[in-house]
Amino acid sequence: MRVSGVPVVKWDKPEFLPTHTVSSVLILPHHDNINCLLKKMEISVAEAEKRTGKNAVNMQETYTVYLIETRPVDAASEGTNPALDSLWRRYSEFELLRNYLLVTYPFAVVPPLPEKRAEFVWHKLSADNMDPDFVERRRVGLENFLLRVASHPVLSSDKIFYLFLTEENGWKETVFETGFQAKADSRLKALNATFRVKNPDKRFAEMKHYGDELQSVISQLLRVRARAADRLYGVYKVHGNYGRVFSEWSAIEKEMGDGLQSAGHHMDAYAASVDDILEEEEHYADQLKEYLFYADALRTVCRKHELTQYELEMAVQDLTSKKQQQEELATGTIRTFSLKGMTSKLFGQETPEQREAKLKMLETQIEEGEEQVKERNAECDEFVKSAWVDIERFKEQKDHDLRESLISYAIMQISMCKKGIQVWNNAKECFNKM
Amino acid sequence: MSSAGAPRSLASSGQKSIQDICHPLSAEESALNPGSAGLILPNGTPVDTSSPASSSSLLNRLQLDDDLDGETRDLFVTVEDPKKHVSTMETYITYRVCTKTTRTEFDLPEYSVRRRYQDFDWLRNKLEESQPTHLIPPLPEKFVMKGVVDRFSEEFVETRRKALDKFLKRVADHPVLSFNEHFNAFLSAKDLNKRQGLALLTKMGESVKYVTGGYKLRARPAEFAAMGDYLDLFTQKMGTIDRIAQRIIKEQSEFLMELREYGPVYSSWSSFEEDLHDPLEGVSGCMSNCSSALEELTEDMSENFLPVLREYVLYIESMKNVLKKRDQVQAEYETKLEAVVFREDKKTAVPSDVEKCQDRVECFNADLKADWDRWENNKRQDFRQLLTGMADKNIQHYEKFSIIEVSMLLKLLRHPQNQKEINNIKPI
Repeated sequence: MRVSGVPVVKWDKPEFLPTHTVSSVLILPHHDNINCLLKKMEISVAEAEKRTGKNAVNMQETYTVYLIETRPVDAASEGTNPALDSLWRRYSEFELLRNYLLVTYPFAVVPPLPEKRAEFVWHKLSADNMDPDFVERRRVGLENFLLRVASHPVLSSDKIFYLFLTEENGWKETVFETGFQAKADSRLKALNATFRVKNPDKRFAEMKHYGDELQSVISQLLRVRARAADRLYGVYKVHGNYGRVFSEWSAIEKEMGDGLQSAGHHMDAYAASVDDILEEEEHYADQLKEYLFYADALRTVCRKHELTQYELEMAVQDLTSKKQQQEELATGTIRTFSLKGMTSKLFGQETPEQREAKLKMLETQIEEGEEQVKERNAECDEFVKSAWVDIERFKEQKDHDLRESLISYAIMQISMCKKGIQVWNNAKECFNKM
Repeated sequence: MSSAGAPRSLASSGQKSIQDICHPLSAEESALNPGSAGLILPNGTPVDTSSPASSSSLLNRLQLDDDLDGETRDLFVTVEDPKKHVSTMETYITYRVCTKTTRTEFDLPEYSVRRRYQDFDWLRNKLEESQPTHLIPPLPEKFVMKGVVDRFSEEFVETRRKALDKFLKRVADHPVLSFNEHFNAFLSAKDLNKRQGLALLTKMGESVKYVTGGYKLRARPAEFAAMGDYLDLFTQKMGTIDRIAQRIIKEQSEFLMELREYGPVYSSWSSFEEDLHDPLEGVSGCMSNCSSALEELTEDMSENFLPVLREYVLYIESMKNVLKKRDQVQAEYETKLEAVVFREDKKTAVPSDVEKCQDRVECFNADLKADWDRWENNKRQDFRQLLTGMADKNIQHYEKFSIIEVSMLLKLLRHPQNQKEINNIKPI
């Protein structure tokens, strides 16, 4: 099912339960950006395929590629059905795109990619990246990622993103040409370093704390869920043993035989039904995982704010010390202890010419310093403004999405109950015929 | 529900005809709806419809025996009102045994006596001794591990009461056992002087011989061999079902443990959310309710399903003993007959003790065949009840579950953002 910017959960269907297709993960809030890419273009990750090739160290490797299909929306609505544009991308290219976006739009809460390796696995679920179920869930997650970026008010108009969707060849080179790597390296290094911000913005500190808590609670939830899935699997499968023993028992009975035998079949059906149930539950887990990773993206933005704030504070500090030096030199008073000051006291003052030169140098440095503080101040303000807009947008999206996830979880549970009631009613009918 | 060729049971005068007793299946229906119009049994006691398992006891109370097809019943027995007795020596439970009857073998039309498990055990032993050719219904297990089961818990006592009630009803429905003098004494005597048994025992002294025969059987008649084989296979299947049920209980309990963890996690999540606070709290509450529902289901399996299975295994043990006794009687007859055939000159008549043996064999076979048919019917009824009860419990569980989820769903939907969606929902 293709998503083209309208809510996927359709309530006006004749059945109370919406059809659960694999792609029905993304539910967009109502007032998304009117000009975003998704309004102009249909995007989907339609297929996945295995490829083999030589990697960077010239060794054979097997990897999966995903087919991205796009089609302009206007043409489709006019009745003409233009051919789909399509290209293949692998996971590492998605990662590259995301890293580029992270560096280029540091104030944005960048949508996360589906997990690199299967985590929170319960025993029946494979942790193998090549497992077809994992690949399928990843396909859905990648589509989700593209749709989210394409509906983001800022990210959706990025050229590199557009090329990612439309230009198969040479896209990687184009990304590297932007030089984002250089920015990435320095910023990443800074992000990993520990630094103290003197006046952190309270809102960002709170957001970071929220991100931590969200990450923690969703991890807990996913862990419990994995264990519960294991147990539920056991409960259903053991009922399958009833199927076998009823069948054996029916062989030694006369009148009771038929009823027992058919009841046994229903017990087998009951045991088999758990596979579908847990597959549907996996969607809910995937939705939670998306927000687990979103929490990380949120924290990244807060850290970046801290970084800009820190850089501003450093610039201010630098300017202040330079100004102080200037004052001291000008008035001859030594306010602060400095080695230079002491040595000049011990070994005599500098010559007036030296002092002049120094003062001149300081003046330029102060001018530059003031420029830098102005720049950094502007940067900080700009960042805070843009980041806060996106965080607000993210908050609304999160509240909407998680509420929808809970709703579809409830619906799924109700459907599970319906199935259970049906099977046991069938079995009961058979028992009554015994 | 008539079985062709079933032996006619003894005629007796009665009060209520079968037509006046509610059809068991319709009774079962209302047993599923607790709080429906209280069903009153012919003997005046109200029906306990508090759980589907009670549909089993309901049927037991009505006890429509195939052999009584068209016949009227004249003996009604119930076990009720368990009470704890504390004395200096011991603590034990007694049950009230109520009898209503028109039989002339009883002095009064109604009786109400208090009995404890020991007394039931005594009765069963007496029946086994005095009616060795018959299948005596089983009692619930005698010994319970003191550390594991609470002998005075409501659930345990109720389970036991139901089993004791079933036991007495089966005896009361039996055309021969119900006229047994020990049974009469059990129902009517103020004080069960169990030493009375000794006098009776000497009278029935011959019956002891059945057990200590020691003769070798030549050829078991096909139908009794088939019974033995069937019982062996049946026991096997019961054992397997018991193991499966226990396994399900274990898995469900472990699932329950995980389910219980959901609530607190959702709750702590709600504590740092604003808009999502209420929905998440709702989910947390829903999870707790789901846990309770599952707990009830698991408990019911332990308390109602497993005991009945185990009863049957015990029943089968005693049935196998009866079959063994039958073999002994036949072996004794065959051996004696053989000796006579070899010895005598075929002119003198067969000695009377050999004739007596032959009679015994024929009586035993006839009694056993009749009882076997009765047992087959009872078994069919019992397992139909047991398994439909299990199905009912599961259905109820899922219904409870979905009600909880639907209420959670409605709470989630009650949000201005979702008002548009609510207006579009069409009912199922």
